[in-house]
Amino acid sequence: MNAFAALLVRDIRIAMRVGGGAFMGVLFFLIVVTLVPFAVGPDLALLARIGPAILWLGALLATLLGLDRLLAADHEDGSLDLILMGRTPIELAVVAKALAHWLTTGLPLVIAAPALGLLLNLDATATAAVAVTLLAGTPALTLIGLIGAALSVTLRRGGLLLPVLMLPLTVPVLIFGVAAANAAIVGPAPFGPPFTILCALTLASLVIGPFAAAAALRHGLD
Amino acid sequence: MPLIDFANPSRFLAVVERILPWLAAAGAVAFAVGINQALIAPDDYQQGATVRIMFIHVPAAWLAMFTWALMSVAALGTLVWRHPLADVAAKAAAPIGAVFAFICLATGSLWGRPMWGAYWVWDARLTSVLVLFLLYLGVIALWRTVDDPTRAARVAAILTLVGSINLPIIKFSVDWWNTLHQPASVFRVGGPSIHLSLLMPLMIMTVAFVLLFVTLHLAAMRNEILRRRVRTLRLMQADAALERA
Repeated sequence: MNAFAALLVRDIRIAMRVGGGAFMGVLFFLIVVTLVPFAVGPDLALLARIGPAILWLGALLATLLGLDRLLAADHEDGSLDLILMGRTPIELAVVAKALAHWLTTGLPLVIAAPALGLLLNLDATATAAVAVTLLAGTPALTLIGLIGAALSVTLRRGGLLLPVLMLPLTVPVLIFGVAAANAAIVGPAPFGPPFTILCALTLASLVIGPFAAAAALRHGLD
Repeated sequence: MPLIDFANPSRFLAVVERILPWLAAAGAVAFAVGINQALIAPDDYQQGATVRIMFIHVPAAWLAMFTWALMSVAALGTLVWRHPLADVAAKAAAPIGAVFAFICLATGSLWGRPMWGAYWVWDARLTSVLVLFLLYLGVIALWRTVDDPTRAARVAAILTLVGSINLPIIKFSVDWWNTLHQPASVFRVGGPSIHLSLLMPLMIMTVAFVLLFVTLHLAAMRNEILRRRVRTLRLMQADAALERA
């Protein structure tokens, strides 16, 4: 467990320092959300209606686009080999890396979402609904992306491959995230069922993601 | 004959060369009978003549799902049993499965225009098959990105196994959600709900599609083995040239 904490702290520290790119995700998120009113027109009623979907899409892209460096950077400087050879199970090590990535990319997205909700004319309920669903759903995005990061770790041109491989698998998360947010805002369906399915997706990806990523690292690196 | 007998690529190639013409001929006959039966089948009382699209659409959908299932078994063969032909089978199957998924989507939308009034609706069954199609393209992209075939095989195998989560979602999407796509009518509790006059052509077409798949798959596997041999020969040639220089 000590190694877990050490890896977590190290990854967060690297992300916060110069060249770490911890807040690039939030910046990207802000820009995507800013672009939407230019594309669909500044109709506030329309923006309020599609706002949750825009925030979810922005968060999805911001999470996945940054993930290709998660393991590749460690592979290039050799620290990934040390992590794989260490006594900590690889499954646990990749969970630590994913958690660090979520704390530095996913959590800022959740915190920034209410502020960006103002730009999209969302009221208080809608803002809260989007923030809560993002809080429950973004870990799933990070964990699914973790598989892609492990699959593309040795590829020099893996940058665009990762979203291509992983975006289809994030479709359920997007569906239930937006469904739960919309259920809280306009109804008539209750908020509970889609939200619990969203939580279930996060838990399932917490099981599948680390094992698939560890298997990919074991088999893909030699 | 146990599966391990095919572990030797040369023996596999010999067997393929012997049975491929028969499989192709059987497939052609099955298609001839199946298309004939499909054309003389009576019109559906609601769908009219468009019911004939089903004879292409349904087998293509089944084969698209079956191909991914076969790739998943092959993925286990690569990762667990290290069967030397498993990754060849997986790689050769991916483009075929992608085409079946595309045929399924294309014929479905041609049927949807007159029946539902739209080429495409965002319903759970359609969306999950579209995701399957995208997953096929992702696996093909992955095969084309990793240059070392053994490593490509392993990473593609993991992606295949993760993507197999989609198969039960496709199968049960019509039960879990209230979809526009009709629920299962062939493999269901209480027997098929299709009339025999429409079920028979469907079954013959399915046999034809399976024969088509097996023929194409074995031919693609043969080509892949030969392609790898050519690659090895080229590498050896380059090595020899390097030593001479």
